[in-house]
Amino acid sequence: MPFSDQQLELDGCRTHYRRGGRSSSDAAPLVFLHGASGAPVVLPFMERLAERFDVIVPDHPGYGQSEEPEWLENIHDVAYFYLDFLAALKLERAVIVGSSMGGWIALEMAVRNTARIGSLVLVSPAGVAAKGAEPADIFLLAPEDMTRKLFHEQKFADERLAMPVTPESIDLALKNRHTTARLAWEPRLHDPFLPKWLHRIDVPVAIVWGEDDQILPVGIAHELKRLMPKAQLNIFERCGHLPQVEKEAEFCDLVVRFACS
Amino acid sequence: MPYADLDLAAGRKNGTVWVTLPNRNFDPEKGHRLYNRYLDELEYGEELGFDVVAVNEHHQTAYGLMPSPIVTASALARRTKRARIAILGSALPLRSHPLMVAEEHAMIDVISGGRLITGFVRGIGAEYHTFGVNPTFSHDRFHEAHDLIVRAWTEPGPFSFQGHHYRVQYVNLWPRPYQKPHPPIWIPSQGSKETIDWASHPDRRYTYLQTFSPVKVVHRYLKQYRDTCQAYGYGCEDRQLGWAVPVYVGASDESARREAKEHFEAFRNVYVRMPIEMLLPPGYTSRESLKNVMKAKAQMFGEVTIEQAIELGLFVCGSAETVTKAFEGYWREMRFGNLLVMCQFGTLPADLTRANMERFARGVLPRLKALN
Repeated sequence: MPFSDQQLELDGCRTHYRRGGRSSSDAAPLVFLHGASGAPVVLPFMERLAERFDVIVPDHPGYGQSEEPEWLENIHDVAYFYLDFLAALKLERAVIVGSSMGGWIALEMAVRNTARIGSLVLVSPAGVAAKGAEPADIFLLAPEDMTRKLFHEQKFADERLAMPVTPESIDLALKNRHTTARLAWEPRLHDPFLPKWLHRIDVPVAIVWGEDDQILPVGIAHELKRLMPKAQLNIFERCGHLPQVEKEAEFCDLVVRFACS
Repeated sequence: MPYADLDLAAGRKNGTVWVTLPNRNFDPEKGHRLYNRYLDELEYGEELGFDVVAVNEHHQTAYGLMPSPIVTASALARRTKRARIAILGSALPLRSHPLMVAEEHAMIDVISGGRLITGFVRGIGAEYHTFGVNPTFSHDRFHEAHDLIVRAWTEPGPFSFQGHHYRVQYVNLWPRPYQKPHPPIWIPSQGSKETIDWASHPDRRYTYLQTFSPVKVVHRYLKQYRDTCQAYGYGCEDRQLGWAVPVYVGASDESARREAKEHFEAFRNVYVRMPIEMLLPPGYTSRESLKNVMKAKAQMFGEVTIEQAIELGLFVCGSAETVTKAFEGYWREMRFGNLLVMCQFGTLPADLTRANMERFARGVLPRLKALN
């Protein structure tokens, strides 16, 4: 089934999401939680995952086509919202795949309640700080430098930079950037209290990281593995901050193997 | 209060003297001489007959050496006797505890016998980068801190204050301010509808001070302030409007431009310069304002010569006669009750700064005072 645009009114926030792939009756639900730049289009990795899963890609509150609710003040608000979201869609044993900011949201959800979560795939997630692995200053980088830093293989950056800039795309970028600042400006891209409660996560966890990540350095992956010893750690060589884009096939294989085992 | 001994090449190479310029470029011995020079100049302002001497707050930058205007204003409170002392202003959202601002300003007001003019600002965008304070809460924190401070100055303590950003069980200010009900409050701004609506509100009627902008922009925002007062149902008094602008008065138009050129251009093209991401972090302004700045980016972020700056009214420069005429003209158009002249800017050295102050005080000031 191709992806379709859907909306849901939840916690006073009109929420946009895309849903596609196998029907919910014969496939596990997979919720992809996007990073700081949102999920404005259906990407190839989503299509590929949709061959095996019932794939749901929401725009977070404050991002993309979702509303900006008054109550949105910190990452914890987003985590509670998504626990409500899983319940509202009656999802069971959902595979939560979170990239960067989305991975942080997944962690915050899972320390609170895993009743509807089957497993977590954390793709270069924010959320945890590690000594000697300082994140890039995503708020000070010029847009082009930021795009270049996302990728190891610069052809991916070239493709993104060649995309037309429209008034709508500028509005969307400013909206996403605003919400990212609201959630992650200080403490920068992490929650200092999160490590205390990571032991509460009682579902299988896979960590995926690009070895050449210039946004959240791979040192954070090792810190996360130290904090969650049972998690499976996968490091992709010659890969930047978005393994789902740069290593699409390997990434999707890994998700399928991990989530279906 | 710039670090005038800055290696300008290092500033240019770094792209900005804000946030990221390594502080190895600051030499404390040179800093010692500069601080004392600038304080002497501010005190000299009183001697020359200026009504007000003003200080401001900027952090982690060669642009200004006053991370705490409290320190400089305190020194002035003891060394001056007549002039008012303006703090323009304290950056409220950057403070973790606004009661400290209430206390410090009250102290200076009491020490100076009621000569303080208080200013409140949000701090510029760059300071949200240096301090790590979330810029998307900047307006909320500003308003809440302001409310706490004014209540602390005016309401009998102790009382408790339970806000969203600040919570204090006992607000009970010692000392209370000298002036009744509190020191006058000025709001320096680069211009925004939100600020004008708030400052001009009948409950506040704060003096709105347009800072370092082309004269067309100054004109637009001062008019907007007057119109907003009208819409609130009262007439704006001239004292509610102010303009802060760098000025240089020379013996002639030609010598003024010649003497000021390199120092003004260093100010405009090195000290003030920063990338847009640093100037306007998310939430610091509305997204509409941010888009307008992005459109005007070439003009705002490009190099400006002294000639262009004079043409734009970004800088007022010339003989005493020329400068007087210029301000008389501007005053007739805008009727600002307060004019703040920055007599030192960028790398302008002590001798030229003093000569500038003297020519302004003797050749311009008396005629401008006669206007009001």
